[in-house]
Amino acid sequence: MSEATADVAATHASPELIEAAWRRVQLARHPQRPRTLDLVPLIFEGFFELHGDRVFGDDPAIVGGAALLSGHAVMVIGHQKGTDTESNIARNFGSPHPEGFRKAQRLMRLADKLGLPIVTFLDTAGAFPGPAAEERGQAEAIASSIKLMTGLQVPIVVIVLGEGGSGGALAIGIGDVVIALENSVYSVISPEGASSILWRSRDEAKTAAAAMRMTADDQLELGVVDAVIAEPGDGAHTDHAATAAALRAAIIDALRGLTGRGTADLLATRYARLRGMGAYLVTGSGSSRAPEAPSLRHRIGRILHLPGAPRRPRWSDIWPSADDDTEHERGA
Amino acid sequence: MPIKFPFSRRAAPSDAWTKCPSCEAQVFSRQLERSLRLCPSCGHHFRMSVGERIDMLLDSGSFEERDAGLESVDRLGFSDDRPYPDRLEAARIKTGLRDAVVWGVGSIEEQRVAIGIFDFRFMGGSMGSVVGEKLARCFETALAERIPAIVVSASGGARMQEGTLSLMQLGKTTAPLVRLDEAGVPFIAVLTDPTTGGVLASFASVGDVVLAEPKALIGFAGARVASDTVGEEMPEGFQTSEFLLAHGFVDAIVPRPELRATLGQLLRVLPVPAVDDGQDIDADRSWGPIGALSGFAERLGGAVSETIGIDVEGQGGDGNGAGPRGATEREQQEERT
Repeated sequence: MSEATADVAATHASPELIEAAWRRVQLARHPQRPRTLDLVPLIFEGFFELHGDRVFGDDPAIVGGAALLSGHAVMVIGHQKGTDTESNIARNFGSPHPEGFRKAQRLMRLADKLGLPIVTFLDTAGAFPGPAAEERGQAEAIASSIKLMTGLQVPIVVIVLGEGGSGGALAIGIGDVVIALENSVYSVISPEGASSILWRSRDEAKTAAAAMRMTADDQLELGVVDAVIAEPGDGAHTDHAATAAALRAAIIDALRGLTGRGTADLLATRYARLRGMGAYLVTGSGSSRAPEAPSLRHRIGRILHLPGAPRRPRWSDIWPSADDDTEHERGA
Repeated sequence: MPIKFPFSRRAAPSDAWTKCPSCEAQVFSRQLERSLRLCPSCGHHFRMSVGERIDMLLDSGSFEERDAGLESVDRLGFSDDRPYPDRLEAARIKTGLRDAVVWGVGSIEEQRVAIGIFDFRFMGGSMGSVVGEKLARCFETALAERIPAIVVSASGGARMQEGTLSLMQLGKTTAPLVRLDEAGVPFIAVLTDPTTGGVLASFASVGDVVLAEPKALIGFAGARVASDTVGEEMPEGFQTSEFLLAHGFVDAIVPRPELRATLGQLLRVLPVPAVDDGQDIDADRSWGPIGALSGFAERLGGAVSETIGIDVEGQGGDGNGAGPRGATEREQQEERT
């Protein structure tokens, strides 16, 4: 997708577009929306949940285990939100700590060892940002998960189920095929977070949701997801069984296309998929000039400390420090 | 699109004095420029421009910028209080840069490296498609040329204006590191103030060696986001280099005046293993430690300085193929350090 041109159509999103985007966010967060553990028994057979990262603990915000998919063993990993206040507190609202990502890594290594394809379900507002998570290396846990997934020698199918919240989602979201449910969303930061950082207000979450183009259809257009699966009725929350059936067919279809491939081909294609993410222009001209080498006269002049001899040319003459008034712009 | 380079002479030097945020001393700005941007009274590490980093870290005259022509585009049609292209243009004019990372090939103490350097002044050093692409190319060049990769980070995280495309740069910058692992090419991450969000949650955390400048802000979530979410104040010294060192996520905290020599030393003690043509590197490894040692002994018979990278009396411990630098350049380098 390199050298893509700017898409100027949506520079200023209309109120209708903003409402439509926000409706998707609300559907993605719907309390009755099927969660990973709701769908797993409907899609797979014989799921055996595995617990713990073998280092620190067991994070209930990420679940995983081995199961059968029409007779073939697979490894299933997903974020897990709760269904009511009590279970949401127990599951930390689906926001993992580092041990969650490390459990996922452990399961992925097991899958790699046994040659099991991996199916992951993304449904998190994001990795948990608390002090305990920082102490135990939240960023490192996400980074090493991403790195591990890019090199796994088994096929990976990723399902964006509800909220694809930033690095916490991507940590189990590197795949060969990425499939999104129609009303799922995927974003670099929550709309609330973008609102408070970019708009400096907590009230612009809807605008931010539209601006970030976080709906499943947007993600398909951007090439972040490969397919969008229609949801039954007014949304997945109205019919878990039908949602599961649609997903099951899509997963089997994706795995059928992947399992015949050789490992080298699989990894090369996965690499190319990631490598192609993003949009930029390659301008031929205007490379930054290196500072010119000083002439012999100048070099002698400098050694002899002659007045008027110019300083050695430096890159900092091209890119000096200015007074730093940069606002802090962060994402995920 | 013409790029303006507002360099050399400041159009309007707004302040001859800069207040140190750490000790509140008034520092003469010109003095900061001469002192690696360290506060003379408390040693506070001010942020550096990419140009100053290149001058400080790399052998004089060795740096060649690559892919300078890559430019961000507004794929989303993103606008907050102003459109993304306007922000980009403002950042280009302010910094003279095309985006937040400059990468190229150069040498550190005569050891050739592929190095990417962030400039925080360009939209908070945020990582969008161009930053991701440049770093991926930096790593791929390190792989192709079998030279170590170094990234000096200073970034608020992923660039929100590019939506999930910027999130995907986490994957794009991390995937090549797997190939570096397989090929036996080291990657050193240098974290400077600030390194947060998606940059820390990708390549920056998984360096073979991770260095940090003192008292840099390094963390996953912003402290404000964290305290908003958790509803409690963050502990003292939370998300600093020292905090990360104490919790095992950083190998060493290196004050800026020692950074160049530290990198030089690391490059010598973590050499890129030599690969003979037509010989599989894995076969080499499967011999185990004894085989590796005998291989070492064989190589000792040959040109030690070329394959192992041991500096023999300063005659260029250069295992990475960079030619010896001219005497004049070496003098210049000494002049600077």
